[in-house]
Amino acid sequence: MNSKVLSLIAGRIGVALVTLLIVSFLVFAATEMLPGDVAQVLLGQAATPEAVAGLREAMHLDQPAIMRFLGWLGGMAHGDLGHSYTNRMAVSELIGTRLGNTMKLAAITAAVAVPVALSLGILTAIWRGSLFDRAVSTLVVGVISIPEFMVATLAVLIFAVWLGWLPALSFGGSTDSIWDILRAYAMPVITLTFVVSAQMIRMTRAAVIETMKAPYVEMALLKGASRSRMVLRHALPNAIGPIVNAMALSLSYLLGGVIIVETIFSYPGVAKLMVDAVATRDLPLIQGCAMIFCLGYLFLITIADVVAILSNPRLRH
Amino acid sequence: MNLAEIRDLHLGAVTDSGRKVEIIKGVSLDIAPGEIVALIGESGSGKTTIALSLMGHVRQGCHFESGSVTVDGTDMVTANETARARMRGTTVAYVPQSAAAGFNPAKKLMDQVVEVAKIHSLMPLDQARAKAVDIFRALALPDPENIGDRYPHQVSGGQLQRLAAAMALIGDPKLVIFDEPTTALDVTTQIEVLRAFKSVMKNGGMAGVYVSHDLAVVAQIADRIIVLKGGEIQEQGSATQILEAAGHPYTRSLLSAFKPDARVARAQDVDQLGGIVLAADQITAGYGPVDRHGRPHKIALHQVSCNLERGRNLGVIGESGSGKSTLARCMAGLLPPVSGTVSLGGNDLAPQVQRRSKEELRRLQIVFQLADTALNPAQSIGDSIGRPLRFYHCMKGGAYDARIAELLDMVRLPGAMRHRLPGELSGGQKQRVNLARALAANPEVILCDEITSALDTVVAAAVIDLLKELQRDLNLSYVFISHDLSTVEAICDDVMVMHHGRVVETLPAAGLHQAARDPYSKLLFASVPKLDIGWLDRLTQDPDFTAAMAAR
Repeated sequence: MNSKVLSLIAGRIGVALVTLLIVSFLVFAATEMLPGDVAQVLLGQAATPEAVAGLREAMHLDQPAIMRFLGWLGGMAHGDLGHSYTNRMAVSELIGTRLGNTMKLAAITAAVAVPVALSLGILTAIWRGSLFDRAVSTLVVGVISIPEFMVATLAVLIFAVWLGWLPALSFGGSTDSIWDILRAYAMPVITLTFVVSAQMIRMTRAAVIETMKAPYVEMALLKGASRSRMVLRHALPNAIGPIVNAMALSLSYLLGGVIIVETIFSYPGVAKLMVDAVATRDLPLIQGCAMIFCLGYLFLITIADVVAILSNPRLRH
Repeated sequence: MNLAEIRDLHLGAVTDSGRKVEIIKGVSLDIAPGEIVALIGESGSGKTTIALSLMGHVRQGCHFESGSVTVDGTDMVTANETARARMRGTTVAYVPQSAAAGFNPAKKLMDQVVEVAKIHSLMPLDQARAKAVDIFRALALPDPENIGDRYPHQVSGGQLQRLAAAMALIGDPKLVIFDEPTTALDVTTQIEVLRAFKSVMKNGGMAGVYVSHDLAVVAQIADRIIVLKGGEIQEQGSATQILEAAGHPYTRSLLSAFKPDARVARAQDVDQLGGIVLAADQITAGYGPVDRHGRPHKIALHQVSCNLERGRNLGVIGESGSGKSTLARCMAGLLPPVSGTVSLGGNDLAPQVQRRSKEELRRLQIVFQLADTALNPAQSIGDSIGRPLRFYHCMKGGAYDARIAELLDMVRLPGAMRHRLPGELSGGQKQRVNLARALAANPEVILCDEITSALDTVVAAAVIDLLKELQRDLNLSYVFISHDLSTVEAICDDVMVMHHGRVVETLPAAGLHQAARDPYSKLLFASVPKLDIGWLDRLTQDPDFTAAMAAR
């Protein structure tokens, strides 16, 4: 570890923060552009103009947009995401409980999908061109092509309706024993694993195969190394950068892109909260959710960049 | 009893277009224990393929067809992959062409050197490390105790090549394959590496296969030389036999290409015009971010001046990092210098190529080292050559077609080649097309940046001859940049020696060795291998001085 690496990493984190600022502006601007007057909508058709004006003032809607943006930004810096329009609860509190659920689902899915995808990717690279490789590659392409609502619906149809092994809804059943919890999470996790592993398998396989072409891997072969040693000791350490980046991209999907899965299994996560917020025109909640998704995405990508920097011995030494 | 025997070996390959070709056509050879055999030939002669077959390895796309390769009693062709792997590193070991690519960038050198001992469980790791340090010492590597803790990018090219040899020697192999191990090195470094290889091989009593295209290098290290062409053995014999009494015409052409008949008497009447056509005055240039004083991070040229007289040729010679290509880029306007000027026919040129006039551009052309990358792979040869015709001379129609045919004829290529794509041509043909493209502009000066470096000896000699002929016919002047002394001597009138971005001295090409005054140019000239078997052993050089020169 030296100052060059530290400055590179600091640079990456700086870029992430700037990106976050730009995104917050875009999110605010986008919600601003939604048609309709919030106060009017909240009070309904029968509201008197005085009541609407009063509410507008109370909600600071009469201030210019840029002032409201700065206020919102300042609040965010203190962890205050504002209050929901619909039920007056703090947005941070609303998101907080849901975020825990989403993180739980994401963590379990990652714990299943990452090892599966890594080992399948590496194994297909080791046995490149074999029947196993072709079978996995065909399957992966198939899975990429099938939309997730299809996978989710099929899973419900097979496991919940026909076989009756698993509950169709993730929550609502009993969560007394570990077995119940496992049953509750099984279907969303299976569906999401299908969705996120496909890319990871393909990228891992491609990155490993690319490094397998390097002369130092042939050198390892000519030293008498076995195929697995060539892949694990020589190719893999040099393929970490692209693999970690592919993983970060796939996993970031778990934080914000799981709307369909959460909806189908009526799983109480952040994505579902955001969908509900859109339906009720709850602007602070939409903004909060969007910022959370962006933060998660940037966090993962920055981690991947840092890992790629650290895995390069030219930068480390 | 021979250590290794190859009998009637046939190897096939499938080309990208799916066509099957035979790349090794019935080769038989023997290697006795302790004997060093050189495989020599140009690219595509199958020398590396044969060497790798001794390890039971064929590269992607190739396959064994028939014949046998017996090493220490095992037939590497029929053995299964496990049996082959057991032999690799312990019985037969390999030193790659480019150690820089052969070492894994992500692992420490020591871990890679002792890996053979680890894979084959030859000895405990501590013992292997101690042995590696002994080998480092025998190979004259600096700081043998600690050099293994570094990563490949932290040591120099010459050191890396010796570390690659250490990696091969750790398993006490009976046969070591050296695959062009010094081709990528500078001549002054090459000597140290060759010496180290030779003494280790001699002391260890190991047999070796030395793959190379350079007869002079091979003459220093090999007991026996096998000359290959097109996957067949042309001639074999002891090193003395091959060098002094070569029977086969191909061997003789290799030998004569190595010793280009020094400077065909170029008629002196060409330079009747006289005068300086191209001059560089106090050029300082570099790369990287520019600081407050307008100086780049890394200075590659320090106040370099030189003159090229009309009808004469200036050779620029130096090792990698000497700044010779940077000088060409400054002259061509591709890299604007920090200070100093370039003038053509007495008029100063703008530093940037964009600001030079069409006429100035036309008069000064450049030909690059890698013919492959300099030609657009999607454009036919005719279009590539025709572009300057349209740009500089606004030619079209019949005159355009006739001129392309004429240019192809000038560089001794058939006229029908204009419809081909660069990918269908050989390296030498591509370099001729590059030359034709430069000639299309009707230039006065051509900058030749290492144009023969990527070519085989015989092909390079033909390109040099062509350059001389063209000069006679078209009244050209060349700036000829190269790291190879013999090609520079063959074509230039004056030779400028460069080192670490500075001009060491400028000498007349005839009698370089006698005229050299500066210790660096003396060292450089003395380091060029000679076609003489005892040259390396007789050569006396102070290693400290060599190291100091490299670090200066």
